[in-house]
Amino acid sequence: MSAASVQASVQASVQASVDAAVDSAVGAPVSGRLGDSPVRPDGVAKVQGSFAFSGDLSADGFLWGATLRSPHPYARIVSIDLSGAWAINGVEAVITADDVPGKPTYGLIDQDQPVFASEYVRYVGEPVAAVAANHPDTCRRALEAIRVEYEVLEPLIDPERCVDGSFPPIHPKGNVFRHQRIVRGDVDATGDVMVEATYEIGMQDQAFLGLEAALAIPDPGGEGVELYVATQWLHEDRHQIAACLDLPDEKVRLTLGGVGGAFGAREDISLQVHTCLLALRTGRPVRIAYSREESFLGHVHRHPARIWMRHHATSEGRIVKVEARIVMDGGAYASTSSAVLINAVTHVQGPYACENAVVDGWAVRTNHLPCGAMRGFGVVQACFAHESQMDRLAAACGLDPVEIRLRNAMQTGDRLITGQVIENVAPVRECILETAALPLPDEPVGGHDGDPMRLPGGAGLTADRSHIRRGIGWGVAIKNLMYSEGFDDYSTARVTLRDGVASLKFATAEVGQGFVTLAGQIARSVLGVDDVVLEPIDTTVGSAGSTSASRQTWMSGGAVDGACRLVREQLFAHVGAVHGVDPLRLAIAGRDVVDTMGDLRVPVAEATAGQVFEDTFEHHHRPTEELDENGQGNCHTAFAFVAHRAVVDVDPELGLVKVVQIATAQDVGRALNPLSVIGQIEGGIAQGVGLAVMEEIVQIDGRVRNANFTDYLLPTFLDMPDVVATLIEQPDPMAPLGAKGVGEPPCISSTPAVVAAIRDAIGKDLTRVPVRPSDIAF
Amino acid sequence: MSVTVALTLDEALTALATDPAATVLAGGTDLMVELNGGHRRAASVVAVNRVRELRSWRHDPAAGTLWLGAAVTYTEIAQEPIAALVPALAQAARTVGSPQIRNAATLGGNVGTASPAGDGLPVLAALDAVVHLASAGATRDVPFAEFATGPKRTVLQPGELITGVTVPVLHGYQGYSKVGVRNAMVIATASACLAVDVASRSVRFAMGSVGPVILRAPEAEAIAAAAADFDAGTIPSEVVERFGAAAGAAARPIDDHRSTAAYRRRAIEVLARRLLARAFPAGAPIGGDA
Ligand SMILES: Cc1cc2nc3c(=O)[nH]c(=O)nc-3n(C[C@H](O)[C@H](O)[C@H](O)COP(=O)(O)OP(=O)(O)OC[C@H]3O[C@@H](n4cnc5c(N)ncnc54)[C@H](O)[C@@H]3O)c2cc1C
Repeated sequence: MSAASVQASVQASVQASVDAAVDSAVGAPVSGRLGDSPVRPDGVAKVQGSFAFSGDLSADGFLWGATLRSPHPYARIVSIDLSGAWAINGVEAVITADDVPGKPTYGLIDQDQPVFASEYVRYVGEPVAAVAANHPDTCRRALEAIRVEYEVLEPLIDPERCVDGSFPPIHPKGNVFRHQRIVRGDVDATGDVMVEATYEIGMQDQAFLGLEAALAIPDPGGEGVELYVATQWLHEDRHQIAACLDLPDEKVRLTLGGVGGAFGAREDISLQVHTCLLALRTGRPVRIAYSREESFLGHVHRHPARIWMRHHATSEGRIVKVEARIVMDGGAYASTSSAVLINAVTHVQGPYACENAVVDGWAVRTNHLPCGAMRGFGVVQACFAHESQMDRLAAACGLDPVEIRLRNAMQTGDRLITGQVIENVAPVRECILETAALPLPDEPVGGHDGDPMRLPGGAGLTADRSHIRRGIGWGVAIKNLMYSEGFDDYSTARVTLRDGVASLKFATAEVGQGFVTLAGQIARSVLGVDDVVLEPIDTTVGSAGSTSASRQTWMSGGAVDGACRLVREQLFAHVGAVHGVDPLRLAIAGRDVVDTMGDLRVPVAEATAGQVFEDTFEHHHRPTEELDENGQGNCHTAFAFVAHRAVVDVDPELGLVKVVQIATAQDVGRALNPLSVIGQIEGGIAQGVGLAVMEEIVQIDGRVRNANFTDYLLPTFLDMPDVVATLIEQPDPMAPLGAKGVGEPPCISSTPAVVAAIRDAIGKDLTRVPVRPSDIAF
Repeated sequence: MSVTVALTLDEALTALATDPAATVLAGGTDLMVELNGGHRRAASVVAVNRVRELRSWRHDPAAGTLWLGAAVTYTEIAQEPIAALVPALAQAARTVGSPQIRNAATLGGNVGTASPAGDGLPVLAALDAVVHLASAGATRDVPFAEFATGPKRTVLQPGELITGVTVPVLHGYQGYSKVGVRNAMVIATASACLAVDVASRSVRFAMGSVGPVILRAPEAEAIAAAAADFDAGTIPSEVVERFGAAAGAAARPIDDHRSTAAYRRRAIEVLARRLLARAFPAGAPIGGDA
């Protein structure tokens, strides 16, 4: 198999995108098939600003909704007086927990999160009431007029107090979401060398640009409701919303509003139930749109974690045993904490073979912001720890960082510490070697032209070349794809072929990843058509599952592919009957149906004229199992791998960093749309760089101090390194199209690679991300 | 909300005289953030960003001064011809936000907000700028050092407008450096301006984000002025060290969610050393490291 059939050297993302688009258009007889990089159907509108994001939704006579939130991390609600709000002219509804007709709580795994707080508030920002009014200013005044009396309680902010049980439960379900142990092999095994340290990962925000927004339109008589919302999983939202509204699922109809990024933050319910309740209560359309500050409070984040690890190895650097203790702060409510924890404990060995392990992990409840899904889902935290450990181990064994990783690289057939055998293509070695083969930046510190903006400190002109030291660091990762632990994960697609046009219907949330592009490519390839129509993305077809876990290319791609194949069978049966040919002899070649054993050649457009072929397909991935009490079991579906090498320039005195280049080789199975893959790689690296050097939600005594983009910093163009990428294309036999998910791996090991490079530059032991200037300077 | 869009200085001052409680709006890059965030209310607004007089600037070579109207934007200040007259202010301007922000953000707005992190302000402090204020029927000049009385607090009276600032056009190196946690578009964790005036044989050093207002470092300035050879453009390298330490000692930083007092003081020491070494390159210690 070819290790690297596509290589994209990307100096500037925009240029790369343009080049790739042009390359793929040249010489392709029918563009837009699998392997091409056609222009996104929503691309021009997004670039020109005419794309309707969910924040742009409106309806005749709609009301504005707004949410009253807790000012305290932990308090008992003594009383709520709504009379002041009701007295304001223009206020049409004021609702609290008392107004929730159905289930008072929601949640993806454990429904422990109140629609509105009733007895206690458990984090700053928890919804307490909501209003609907004729104007946002009226809403604001109404919220100010609601009187809530709180008995303020001491907040639980130290996760260790959940583990040791020393803090009284802050929720009837207790302060531990889940504890999972992994015990494998010889727990007493030791090696010649042992390295250990404790690592910390701060709370990262998904920071999508399109803020939470929804529009709910009630049915006449209030028998149902239609909700337009930016989400990652329409059907799961519907199910949770319907339960809270006490309506049957089919009475709640969801349509995807334009999504401006998600990264996991739209997997949980935020404003959905509130918007629907207000609409049903007032009988009028209601729109809620969060501000940036509210968005920080209103969605789940990446779990902060504290991870102790100890590696035992032979003097040649072969890992004998890994030990880990992982504590993840899940904040006030469960969300997906238990699944995030499982990902962390089962990935803490990294992409390295290891026979023996003792791992203990806790996901706990505190009075911090709730945490849940974010790109990388528990593996980001584990990877920062295991990759930091690999460098420590390399130093202890006198090996270089590449060599230690090659010596331990896992391969297909190896067992994980859960006992699960890796059945996927596992090109860990190739990822490392191909990354190492990519050119280091040829530019000296500060760039060829000596532009001081390219030094650490950038526009601040803080440094001269002589102050700067350069470093190189590595990160390699394993990431599970799709859902785990026995979940029957599936996606549905319906395909209609009529007059040479394929119409595709699915509920797959397009959150920017480009499934709307890929779906058309699949249909063109399988059905030989040029024209593909995408029907609205809504709940009038079966579930597609969540746009998360790097799963939609595999799952919804599998569903569209499956439905297209069923339709193609109908087409072949029809052509076979008309022309007296055995349908089994028919195939698609270009735009035609051809007889592989004869001369028959009928254009698809002609063969489908006046005909309608339609079918629906559900793609399920193979079953998985739960872990037993020793953390053993085939809990994951599939795996992907990636390597990153970072080059950074550091100003040791000021602690400022400029990431110069990230080289990466990623195991993608098959690049169905190379431009989209590069887009995921660059975007993921930006997020990984952000966690490495700047992105953190700061909470002090349970209060968020930086719920805005003045102080929650995201990388700018000047912070983004050049990205040089190689795609390792070894089609995975388990994947419907041979393609692995590519969304998460780029952000996982890019973070430890950057930190390792900083360590290399300054020789300091950095154990926490994001690395702050003071961590480097002192 | 009533909004008066003034086109002349008279119109602006008349509007403020009629309604002294009105809020002045220039580029709006501070004000709109505060209004949208609900941190500030404005019953009425007088917009001054189209006032001709405030949008202009004047170089008086005879007096050796530059007068900058309050509504001159940072985009203009970052470019020639203003950049050549006050290079440090141009450097500071280039660090303000993003190109879009700089197109709207004015020097008067930066002065009016009086944030200790305002990027233009350490330069104005180092240059001993004069702030010109006007109300209907009266004008007054306030030394920059007396203009801000605390974080976001100034001597500006209701009904009063900042019309501009005057800075000297000096001969000698001047530079501005800003430390933030991101390489662009970031609020200063610490910032510093160093300006040499060969004519008066002085070195001026001012610091941002390390006190309630912009601070000068008189002791450090004296150390540098005494040791520098202004004609040769050199300074003994051990003085660079002392200068940094004295500058750090003059800072009055605090701990907050953005950084720590210790880091901010360190940053000032480093910036002071590096700026002095840039001003007197021949005397800089090799490598510049401590
Ligand atoms: C995204 C973003 C990034 C930013 N980055 C930076 C940065 O890097 N560095 C920095 O220093 N600042 C930054 N700022 C803040 C802001 O851009 C500057 O302070 C700018 O100079 C303010 O000018 P303005 O014309 O927009 O002021 P406005 O917002 O219009 O006014 C600011 C204040 O000054 C008063 N005012 C304005 N003009 C006058 C006048 N002529 N007379 C009396 N009072 C007046 C107003 O009433 C108001 O109180 C940033 C802001 C944003 C939104």
